Amino acid sequence: MSDARTDDVKFDEQALVRKANRQDLRFAIVGFVVLVLAMATLMALVIDFMIDGIPRISWEFLTSYPSRRPQQAGILSAWVGSTLVMLTTAALAVPVGVAAGIYLEEYAPKNWMTDVIEINVTNLAGVPSIIYGLLALGLFVYGLRLGQTVLVAGLTLALLILPIIIVATREALRSIPLEIREAAYGLGADKWQAIWMYLLPAARPGILTGAIVGMSRAIGETAPIITIGALSFIAFLPPAPVSASFPFVSFDWLNSPFTVMPIQMFNWISRPQAGFHVAAAATGVILLAMTLLMNGLAIYIRYRIRRGAK
Amino acid sequence: MDAMTDAPGSATDNPAKALEGPVRARINKLSFFYGEKQALFDVSFPIYDRKVTAMIGPSGCGKSTLLRAMNRMHDLYAGNRYAGEIILYPEAINIVSSQVDPMLVRLKIGMVFQKPNPFPKSIYDNVASGLWVRGIKKKAVVDERVEAVLKQAALWNEVKDRLSTSAYGLSGGQQQRLCIARALAPEPEMILLDEPTSALDPIATARIEELVSELASMVTIVIVTHNMQQAARISNFTAFMHLGQMAEFAPTEKIFTNPDDKRTQDYITGRFG
Amino acid sequence: MTVSSRDDAPLRYGSYVAAKSFLRRRAIIAHVMRVLLFLAAALSVFITGAIVYILLYDTVLFFQQVSIISFLTDTEWTPVFENPKFGIITLVSGTLMTTFIGLLFAVPAGTVLSIYLSEFARPVMRETIKPILELLAGVPTVAFGYFALFFLTPIFQMFIPELRGFNLLVPGIVIGIMILPYIVSVAEDAMRAVPDSLREGAYALGFTRFQTAVKVVIPGAFSGVTAAYILGMSRAVGETMVVAIAAGQQARIAFNPLEGAATITAYIVQISLGDLPHNSLAYLTIFAAGLTLFLMTMAFNLLAFWLRRKYREVY
Repeated sequence: MSDARTDDVKFDEQALVRKANRQDLRFAIVGFVVLVLAMATLMALVIDFMIDGIPRISWEFLTSYPSRRPQQAGILSAWVGSTLVMLTTAALAVPVGVAAGIYLEEYAPKNWMTDVIEINVTNLAGVPSIIYGLLALGLFVYGLRLGQTVLVAGLTLALLILPIIIVATREALRSIPLEIREAAYGLGADKWQAIWMYLLPAARPGILTGAIVGMSRAIGETAPIITIGALSFIAFLPPAPVSASFPFVSFDWLNSPFTVMPIQMFNWISRPQAGFHVAAAATGVILLAMTLLMNGLAIYIRYRIRRGAK
Repeated sequence: MDAMTDAPGSATDNPAKALEGPVRARINKLSFFYGEKQALFDVSFPIYDRKVTAMIGPSGCGKSTLLRAMNRMHDLYAGNRYAGEIILYPEAINIVSSQVDPMLVRLKIGMVFQKPNPFPKSIYDNVASGLWVRGIKKKAVVDERVEAVLKQAALWNEVKDRLSTSAYGLSGGQQQRLCIARALAPEPEMILLDEPTSALDPIATARIEELVSELASMVTIVIVTHNMQQAARISNFTAFMHLGQMAEFAPTEKIFTNPDDKRTQDYITGRFG
Repeated sequence: MTVSSRDDAPLRYGSYVAAKSFLRRRAIIAHVMRVLLFLAAALSVFITGAIVYILLYDTVLFFQQVSIISFLTDTEWTPVFENPKFGIITLVSGTLMTTFIGLLFAVPAGTVLSIYLSEFARPVMRETIKPILELLAGVPTVAFGYFALFFLTPIFQMFIPELRGFNLLVPGIVIGIMILPYIVSVAEDAMRAVPDSLREGAYALGFTRFQTAVKVVIPGAFSGVTAAYILGMSRAVGETMVVAIAAGQQARIAFNPLEGAATITAYIVQISLGDLPHNSLAYLTIFAAGLTLFLMTMAFNLLAFWLRRKYREVY
């Protein structure tokens, strides 16, 4: 064939194939082992919490306030606080995040300004959560004199999960099949009508997934809440959102001091008494259940979307 | 390479066959299934050693499927199944048998793809890859071989001063010649070309056709092409495929001037395709 | 308009035209919405600006009382002592140490796992594993902190008796576990973006699956894989609760992973838990520390962003 003789380049084919298969097998085993280790760690974590914490969960636990005595401590103020903060966060983050996502995906021209906005969104997604806490401390708590309240917590967490919602909205819009878009515009709709009446509904599952993931993140966030100064010995509840007299709905709870579950958990972990550690584990079980459920729900919705698209 | 004297089973009614020489591979009642769907139906024809065999036919006739069966490319994707045999000589092994490791087949039979697909590495590294994975690492040997095949591919003069630059810096035609050199480097017993010029401009196409003609006397070549004129120009034998079946196999001249099968006749004259 | 409202009126195509007033209103709504949507998007720029402003403002106040030189070169961090020292190197060393340990674990594991998912695993397996990794990523950090302090540290102490109750080793490993899903997700995405034609070329030449992954796919996905590592690093640097719970509060130059040390993030938590008067020097330190942290992560994020853009362009 050429001047480099075949004898020089001879190789043992069978041996090579055997060696190759061994190499592939070895790597497959290594990969599998790493996988098993990762899953084992997750299992260990969940089981550890369940063992430590489940016995402690009881009706009293859910309806008592924190106490100096480990046996009487409960998470009433914590889970109520978490619920109120989550409501605020959702109410703020979802509309703004979806709006921003719509703009970036449907309206934004390809110029430097859009680039700047996109870089910012990506950067903000990677900013440590504690920095958001510092921002809130300087801007909301002291700058705007809003104090250490539910509203500020909601604002902080909303800013934190905003990038998640924006990205989810964009991806959801991007994956709408061309036929739906063409049909909407073909009917004579203008841009906003097409979005509001046709595209947003089509993107709803994707956006929902993003919102769930965002909320799941927010419910477990501790650092920014610590920074804005949520106290953890709150032995009262924020004012109720409903009242017996006119106007029947109140927003006073937004201005109230509060605590949330991860804070309560952190506080109990930091105490020396083992009894508090158990209470922390119990809180952890509830938190884990909620986040695993929410993430699982998001994964399920995403699976259904993909199946529906086929 | 030793000449193969074994040519079992080929029809001896045609005295001209003696001029065709030994058989390198024999496709014997080969069928292929993508899952439930059958794509090849009892295909049989020989591949003559150091000749160019072309496979032509309308889209969907199975020519690419057949080509990719010859180096077990289908094994990369789940659900595919072979029936029948492709016997490779002189080893006399059935390369589509499940007992035969696909990698073994690919060590013997190389492939060049429709769209040039050089690795994200330097020109030198691309050509040397085939040698390295076979354990041939001595620099002197590899250097010599790389130069030799690049010369064969008529690429050496264009790249000899930039062997360490990225292969993506080459034009489409050059990249395809690089891929041919890459496939040649480990001296395979056979090279499969899957529509190698369909993504190239006419000038690049002409150069590659020239290359194939030159290589023919040294390597056994099987080429799939949808360009009839190309098949007529460069191949010694042509197989016309239609709807997964082998409609006709004959020396190229006969296929294009005096085919036996009506389907071949219709395709050649442009009735369909 | 000439459309009749009677059911049996014959359809007259071309006769229904929208009223001018409707079109005008529609245009106004469209314009208003566009402005509102733009403001929502521009908010992200405003947030970044606000972060930078708040951090800078208080850091400037801080540097009015403490020299930058001593901030960068002092080797102790004792803000509440009689003679306070503000050497940020101590906190940075704690952060870098835990990050380093985390990467030591997560980079090899993450690379192996993403190669496995992208090149070896069957689709069914891939679709099962990826959700599990997502669930792992969704576990609250405070839970990981509990896990590190009460479960892992005692276990590790059985094998390493010199390991203190508060140390850097265990939080480091836990951080590695936490960033694993991020690294795998980004790296695997990058690898899947490498076109199949390259893989087929490799297999046709006689490459093994492993050789194809290492010699063809990874070089092809190189910038994306690097971006994955950098993003993981950024996440590790910013991690707060695990270190706040399990690494201790001692601010020192951290060489020994068997002892505890404060990280930037743990320090900020420590001060926030206390009752420092607003605008006291110690209060201002958290902003100086925060700015340091922000600059570090922003550098990483921008680098990763640029790298990901680069690999998207190649294909």
